[in-house]
Amino acid sequence: MLALDMTFNPAPTTLLQASELALQRGDAWLFKNLSFHVSSGQILWLRGQNGRGKTSLLRVLVGLAQPERGTLAWSNSNLANESSSKAVYIGHANGLKDELTVLESLQFLARVHGHTLTQTVALAALRHLHIDHCCNRLVRTLSQGQQRRVALARLALETTPNLWVLDEPFDTLDAEGVRIVNHLLSEHLARQGSVVLTSHIPLELMNTKVQQLNLDEVNR
Amino acid sequence: MMSHNIMTLLIRRDLRLASRRRTDAFLPVVFFVVATSLFPLGIGPETNTLRQIAPGIMWVCALLSAMLSLNTLYASDHADGSLEQLMLSTHSLFLIAASKALTHWLITGLPLILISPVLGILFDMHLQAVATLTLGLLLGTPILSLLGGLGAALTLGVRNGGVLILLLILPLCIPVLIFGAGAVSAVDAGLSPRAHLSLIGAFLLLTSLGAPLATASALRIAEA
Amino acid sequence: MSTSIKLFTFAAPSTFYKLSGYLIPWLYCLSIAVGLTALYVGFFIAPTDATQGEAYRIIFVHVPAAWMSMVLYLVMAMWAAIGWAFNARLAYMVARAIAPTGAIFTFLALWTGAFWGKPTWGTWWVWDARLTSELILLFLYLGYMALVESIDDVRRSDKAGALLALIGVVNVPIIYFSVRWWSTLHQGATISMTAAPKMASTMLTAMLLMTIAFWAYAFAVVFMRTRAIILEREKNMGWVQFLSQQNKRKKQ
Repeated sequence: MLALDMTFNPAPTTLLQASELALQRGDAWLFKNLSFHVSSGQILWLRGQNGRGKTSLLRVLVGLAQPERGTLAWSNSNLANESSSKAVYIGHANGLKDELTVLESLQFLARVHGHTLTQTVALAALRHLHIDHCCNRLVRTLSQGQQRRVALARLALETTPNLWVLDEPFDTLDAEGVRIVNHLLSEHLARQGSVVLTSHIPLELMNTKVQQLNLDEVNR
Repeated sequence: MMSHNIMTLLIRRDLRLASRRRTDAFLPVVFFVVATSLFPLGIGPETNTLRQIAPGIMWVCALLSAMLSLNTLYASDHADGSLEQLMLSTHSLFLIAASKALTHWLITGLPLILISPVLGILFDMHLQAVATLTLGLLLGTPILSLLGGLGAALTLGVRNGGVLILLLILPLCIPVLIFGAGAVSAVDAGLSPRAHLSLIGAFLLLTSLGAPLATASALRIAEA
Repeated sequence: MSTSIKLFTFAAPSTFYKLSGYLIPWLYCLSIAVGLTALYVGFFIAPTDATQGEAYRIIFVHVPAAWMSMVLYLVMAMWAAIGWAFNARLAYMVARAIAPTGAIFTFLALWTGAFWGKPTWGTWWVWDARLTSELILLFLYLGYMALVESIDDVRRSDKAGALLALIGVVNVPIIYFSVRWWSTLHQGATISMTAAPKMASTMLTAMLLMTIAFWAYAFAVVFMRTRAIILEREKNMGWVQFLSQQNKRKKQ
């Protein structure tokens, strides 16, 4: 059993408690008895070799996949209203439509997730990721890294201390992009938000202790 | 433009996407015209025969045409991660499935309905027959879109998904086919098509409640 | 019924494997014995039909086969639903195993329908309500089999198959009703399969015996197929590997 609880904040509240999760892929078990919790202001770095089930675990956390056994308990105290989801999930895929412009894509995604946003706000978010100059270009004309920035621009719209679940957020980003995302993460943690992510690039966060959960060390 | 209504959001987005890939949208209608026109070539130009078999041919070709554009209904959303995001939102998957079916009907079904009177001329159908055919298609093509959406969700990401959808969904469309073509035959025989059309209407009601529900289930199964 | 659900749903595949292994030879014997009896009664003891002569005797195979095809679809859908509701692996496997047998009975019903049609009214096929519905049922079976085979992930294919089977069950009455309506409209007063000859008691006996034989056969074949699926899916389990080692030793 892995229970990590090493935050520095005086009164962290548990946002998410995972108990005895067991997950299969095909015939093989990824993990059989995984328990951990995520607190406000905490960042959990999910590590492990390829194929250990990091992405699958993230999908279980947000509800896209069901574990064979085990439970997830969410605390409701941080959920502002019903229209916002429990977590912001940005997976490997960007969730952008090729034939929409950058601005249209971001607006659609944001609105689907309950943000009421004006064009100004959307542009501001894109500017945060230094991608606003592409706002009227079709997504398919952008490079992978630029598309990733558009997908991550959703994070710049967030103001509530909810849970961010990110699968390889730094993937295809250049050094500047990595720096911007690290900054976004730090800001989110500073307002007592939480993050669970996978990354093969080390995190560079200021004044934050990064919890790690290594799936290689979890017994199967 | 600050609508929270998922149906409006999704339908607007999909229509916008379709308008940027206009040729894709025309394919089903073109297929409809081509396929229907093949029958006289195969059967012979005898007007009376053609008039008699016209409703059946038109309905079968409408069915097949409607099914053509189905495997892209969810496939691109699945591939680029949009479907995940939609499913993670707090919006009901039932409404999302219903929106998808509605968009499919607007893009594929509606053009079929509009062009069917023209094709009716090819078969020398009487005015009443053409009207009954069009009305039947108006009620029936949404059913095809709803069932088609279900098929697309079940076969999401599967190889040969397009043909598999046909195998799965065409049997379920048989009642619509029977009563749609039957309505026109009734009119030709001088009877009222009201019973047939009411039945199609009843199927439409049932399907619009049941199909999005099953589609939502199928999407959850596919994304897990 | 609840005990049998418990038995199937929560039984370990290994238990099912052993139990069914014992039963299969007996089921085959039962099936052959009763089947031969049924054929004897049907072909030699039952009286000649007044209107249809000797040719009608094919119904002793046709009708039980049609019954089996319909009932097996319901049973398949039921096990798939149980598997889905209780996340029971064995129930899913049984549903998977039933499908091909159901399809074969449907095909048999269609085939024997043709043999009935030819001497009776001269054509190999007639679009009457029942035969047409059997044809559509065949499509439903083939659709289920095609879907579960095309999806690689076992869990997803089980669930998708269950959903499809349930959709089929809901639609079968609708389809049957539509086809019946269509058949009466277009055929008028022609002879239909549903107008079976008046049943002498021996005829009924023969049909019931045949049905029992078909059931025994269905159980035997479904058990065999389920055992094969169990071995395939549980191949990483200890008891399967033990069995395969035992087998290897026997061969040496």
